[in-house]
Formats: sequence, structure tokens, C-alpha cells
Amino acid sequence: MIVNDKTIPSRPAPAANRGVIGWLRENLFATPGNSVLTLIGIAFLLWAIPPILQWAVLEADLFGSDKNACTSEGACWVFVSARFQQFIYGFYPDAELWRVNIFFAEMTAVLVWVLWDKMPKRMWGGIWFLTGFPATSFMLLYGGAFGLEVVDTHKWGGLMLTLVISLVGMVIALPVGILLALGRRSQMPAISSFCTVFIEVWRGLPLITILFMASVMLPLFVPGDIELDKLIRAMIGISLFEAALIAEVIRGGLQAMPKGQYEAADAMGLSYWKGMRLVIMPQVLKISIPGIVNTFVQLFKDTSLVLIIGLFDLLAVMQAGIADVNWPNIAIEAFVFTGFVFWLFCFGMSRYSLSLERKLDTGHKN
Amino acid sequence: MSENIASAPAAGRSSSTRFLYDPKVRSIVFQLLFIGLLFFLVSTIVTNTTNNLEQRGITTGFDFLSQEAGFGILQSLVEYDETHTFGKTFIVGLLNTILVSVLGIVLSTVVGFLVGVGRLSRNWLISRLCGVYIEIFRNIPVLLQILFWYIAVLRVLPSPRQSLSLGESVFLNLRGLYFPAPIFEEGSGVIFAALGVAVALIIGLSYWAKRRQVMTGQTFPVFNASLALIVLLPAVAWFVAGQPVSLEMPELKGFNFRGGITVIPELIALLLGLSFYTAAYIAENVRAGIDAINKGQQEASGALGLSESKTMRLVIIPQAMRVVIPPLSTNYMNLIKNSSLATAIGYPELVNVFMGTTLNQTGQAIEIIAMTMAVYLTMNIIVSLFMNWFNNRMALVER
Repeated sequence: MIVNDKTIPSRPAPAANRGVIGWLRENLFATPGNSVLTLIGIAFLLWAIPPILQWAVLEADLFGSDKNACTSEGACWVFVSARFQQFIYGFYPDAELWRVNIFFAEMTAVLVWVLWDKMPKRMWGGIWFLTGFPATSFMLLYGGAFGLEVVDTHKWGGLMLTLVISLVGMVIALPVGILLALGRRSQMPAISSFCTVFIEVWRGLPLITILFMASVMLPLFVPGDIELDKLIRAMIGISLFEAALIAEVIRGGLQAMPKGQYEAADAMGLSYWKGMRLVIMPQVLKISIPGIVNTFVQLFKDTSLVLIIGLFDLLAVMQAGIADVNWPNIAIEAFVFTGFVFWLFCFGMSRYSLSLERKLDTGHKN
Repeated sequence: MSENIASAPAAGRSSSTRFLYDPKVRSIVFQLLFIGLLFFLVSTIVTNTTNNLEQRGITTGFDFLSQEAGFGILQSLVEYDETHTFGKTFIVGLLNTILVSVLGIVLSTVVGFLVGVGRLSRNWLISRLCGVYIEIFRNIPVLLQILFWYIAVLRVLPSPRQSLSLGESVFLNLRGLYFPAPIFEEGSGVIFAALGVAVALIIGLSYWAKRRQVMTGQTFPVFNASLALIVLLPAVAWFVAGQPVSLEMPELKGFNFRGGITVIPELIALLLGLSFYTAAYIAENVRAGIDAINKGQQEASGALGLSESKTMRLVIIPQAMRVVIPPLSTNYMNLIKNSSLATAIGYPELVNVFMGTTLNQTGQAIEIIAMTMAVYLTMNIIVSLFMNWFNNRMALVER
């Protein structure tokens, strides 16, 4: 009797099913239809990528100071470098640019503190973001105190203005949005109906009509002798609009809370505000973070609309550059650069939100 | 004993504090305070506004709507020229808004569904390409995209004399897109009648086919039959009535094209910008909807022997639609709201014409802004009512 006391080693999979060939067969050429799609895709890439590369990199002009430096067929990136200061700072005076740079540095530091989960005392970072950071930024950018020269808001512009409007929107929209969401779910009919109407009306309107209203009607609402700055008016409009959006995100989080949490807070003898602050809100904010970040992405993109009411944000700098007769035919370069800056911020934020979503989704649902 | 315990704290406090701690009393007091505050705020705003309006010499009221407008509008779906009233500019703007919204909703839905399904394709390359599309278009402001199409793409098209043409009937140049217009001569009523009959037949056919499938299990190719009906019946009617419809070709006369239908570049740019932006969001919703369907459903329909396309059409999509529709209605509303960005490129829709030019000419800020806002709120309500109805139809009918 023959007994094989050794395990027969398993044979490797057929060559066609593993390695590069296997991967290709599985993912690109699984069926005839799939193969056709793949070929079309490859043809598209071959058609699109070489000319783009040639235009953007190989034949592009990178160095110089004016239009004459652009001699080749490709992109004229000289335009971007020549206008870089305007793209970032608008018309902020040359001698005071260090103030904007400190603002950028503080912003980066605070955001890292709040957003990176390995930082200590992130709670305090959040409080600083909502209180100290706006105050110091205002001091820095506007001046008028500690011997800093006043820089009028009509000189603000570019990426700096875009960031200032977005940050003000975030700082105001979050607390106001939370209050509106709580109000909408309140037991008191006067308050809940007011909040519901407020949220639905602001959410249902295009931001551009709100900005028009802020710039045309707001001056009518205040006594005649008070002059409201154009930037402030735009900020009020944008912040209230985003607050209504945030309120709906928070309301979703409030509704997702099990009822037992509310009852437990009551049973502990906590007052309404204490219960909200200590029991409900920490949990609601945690599950709403992805939605809040998505709203902030929306807010960041929406700030570009201030161009229509005459503020000089990043997009407006781009438009002014395209209209400049000294720089003919640089429209595509200007669009690519501006689009890339916006894309970088928005893509970064949405990736962050996605990673948070994955981290928070640890099976603790229900 | 228990009575004593219950009444002990109450006895310790005076009746006035007990009254203060009564949640009902508190709620009423808070609400009265809130209403008072709101009333104070509103009345301050109203007084300030009336004072300001008086100072600037602006009279309120809707009389301006019947005054002569005196300015031209680039594109109008109804008859309009300078002698018409401000009220008419409102209608023109509103119709242009509706036009671009409807076209945008159709185009973005088609592109969005294609990209969304492509994102989940088993083909690695297609899935990646769709992913790149979504991440690029979703993360760039829609205003920038509209300006891009308008300034960087449509402005560099050739002049009318060097138009890009398709079969000598469709032309694209700097001034817009030109294609043949149908001209309905006498007797073309028959064709519309045939179209009506075809629609009625299709409705009847689909009822019958559904009933037959429920009764016997036999299916009927409703889609193909409907397509044949809706093409063949009017075509037959066209021949029978003696070909009463002809095409008016756009022709180059002087510096521009005359005749046919003209689509102005502003509309093209706005449509492309809005649709490709919204399509990226719709694609993400479609992907999420299909992802939400239990994998067992796909395996079950595979086990029943359904082909991949039938699985998608009969099993996956109907279930995914339930997840997709609620966010889809948000996307549509956003598209309608974003159509107001046309102001930046000068497409004559509601905000541009009415809230822009008309407001500048009349100075009636409050009335005009209120009317414009009312339009958007109404459109939002209509879309959400329609989508709710559609959602109820698609909703799971449980036993």
C-alpha cells in the first residue's frame, strides 16, 4: 500500500489568471464589450494627454517678467508668476504684506491644531479658532491698533480675500447654524416656526440674490447715517446663507441621536442647555463632521460669487488678468491656475472629510 | 409618607418661585420675549427703510411694471422689444431661467448617470476616468467653470465665415450655434394629431403590457414598440399630408448667419458649465445609490439567469433609484439656483434682466428683489413636490 505522507504543494494559478496578465484580463478585457471600452479609453488618453503635456510643460515659458518672454507655442506661465502677488494678496500694500503672511501662518497653525487628531488639547484649538483667531486676524489685516497702519478693505483681494470670507463664514455659520437647528426642533411653536421659515427661505434662494439683497437692501435697513462696508455686507449675506445650510446638517445629526440620550440627560437633572452642551452636542457634532466639512467646501466655492458684486477675490483677479490688454491670449493659463488653487483647497477638504468618515465609522452605529 | 416626600420641596419654596420653574410658564414667557424682540427688529427695519426711501425720493408700489422698459434683451422666447413694459422683462427673464434649467436638468442627468454607472464599472480604466471627472468638476467653483466655457472656449471659436460646420446644416462659430428650424405650413396639424395618437397608444400599450405580464408572465417589448410608434405615426402623417413641414437652413449672409435656430454662446456656456458641474454631483449620488444595494441582489439575479444589463435594468436600478431620488432633487434645485450665475456672462435670465437691468433702471429694489425671491422659492417648492411624488411612486411597496 502506498501512502503519501507529504502534503502535495498547491500548484500556482494558471499564468493567464495572475500577475500583470491576470490583472489586465480581469480589469480591462473581461468581456468583448469591456475590451472595446478599454480601447476607447486608451485612445482618449492618447488623444488628450500628449498635447496637454506639450502645452503645459514641454513647450511652456516659465521665466521672464512680461509678455515678451512668452515666445514658444505652449503655456505662458510667466503671466502667473508676474501676477502672483495680486493673485495672493490683491492690492494689499507692499510694505504691509508681512501681516498677511502672519495671518496665513496663524491660520495654518490653528487648522493643524484643530484638524490633526494627534495634537493635544484640540478643544482649546477649536475655541481659539472661533474666538482668538478671528480677533487677531482682524487686528493684523485691518490694523488700526498697536501702531499698525489701517489697510482699507477695498485693497484686500486675491486668495487672501477668498480665505477671509470663507473663514468668517465658517466662524459665524457654525454657531448660528447650531442655534437654528436647535430652534427648529424646539418645543416652543413661535421659535420653531421662525427657525423653520428662516432656514427654508435662505436655503431656497440662490446665493447671488442674497448677495444682491445684502448689497442693495441692507443699506436701506439701517439708519441713513450708518455706512456699511461692502465686504461686511457680503460677509453677512454669505454667513447667514451658510448658517441655514449648516443648520440642516446639524438637524440631521440631532435626528440621528437615539431618544434615550435626551431622556438620559433629563434624568440626570441637567438643564436644557447643560444637557445639550454636555450630552447631545458632542455626539451630534461628531457624527455631523463630514456633512459640516462638505458644507465648508461648498462655502469655499461659493465665495467666488462675490466677484459679481464687485469684490476683488481670487476669481476677480483672474478675470482682471484676462481682460488686461498687456497680456493677450492668456485666458487658459489664468483659468488653469485659478481652477487649480480652488481645486487644491476643495479636494483637500473633501479628502479630509472622507478620512474622518472612515475613522468615525467604527461600527458604533446604533 | 409618600405624600409628605412629594410635597416637601414644594412646601419649602414660595408659590412665586414654583410658578417661575413651571416649564409651561417659562415656555410662554420665552416665546413672548422672542416675539417682542422680533417685532422690535422688524419695526426698526421698516421705519429705517421707509425713512431711507423717502430721503432718496423712491416711491414704492408695483406701478413700474406697466411702464415702458426701453432696453433690448439678447434672447427672448416671447415677443419682446424696447417698447414693451418692465413687467414683460420679468416674463422674458423667467422663461429664459426655465429654459436653461430644464435643458440643464436633462443634460446633467444624462451625463451624471453615465458617469455614475461608469464609476462602478468593472473596467478599471473607465472607472478611474469617471473618478477623475467627478473629482475635477466637483471641486472647482461652478462660476469659474461657466466663465471658462464662455471666455476660454467659445470666444476663441472661428468667425462666421470660417464656421465649423456639420453637413452644411449645423454651424458653430463665435456668435453661437446655428441649426435648421422646422417651418410648419398649412396641413401640419395632422402631424401633431398623429403625435397625440401615438402618445395615447403608448400609454394604452404600456397598461396592457403590464397587465398581461402580471396575468401570464409574458413580457412585451414596450420600449421598442413605443419608439416605433412615436417615429412612424408622425412620419406617415407627414407623407400623407403632402410633406407640409420643411426645414429652414441657416445661411451665411454678409457677416452673419440668417434663418434657422440660433443658440447664443451665453446659453451654451451656461448650459455646459451648469450641467457638467451638477453631473459630477449626480454621478456621486448614483454611485452611492448603486453601492447601497445589497450584493446579494446582484448574485440572486445572476442565479436567475438574467444577463448583466438586465440585472442592472430590472433589479439594481429600480432599487437604487429609491436611494438616489432624494439627493437628486437637491441637485436639481441647486442647478436652478446656480442658473442665476448667468449674470456673470450676460445670459438674459431672471436675475440678470430683472434684478440687474430693470432694478438699475427703476430703483424699485424691494419690490424687484421680493418678486425674484418669490420665483426661486416657488420653483423650489414645485421641484420638491414633483420629486416627492416621483419618490412615492418609486418607493418600496411592502406587503
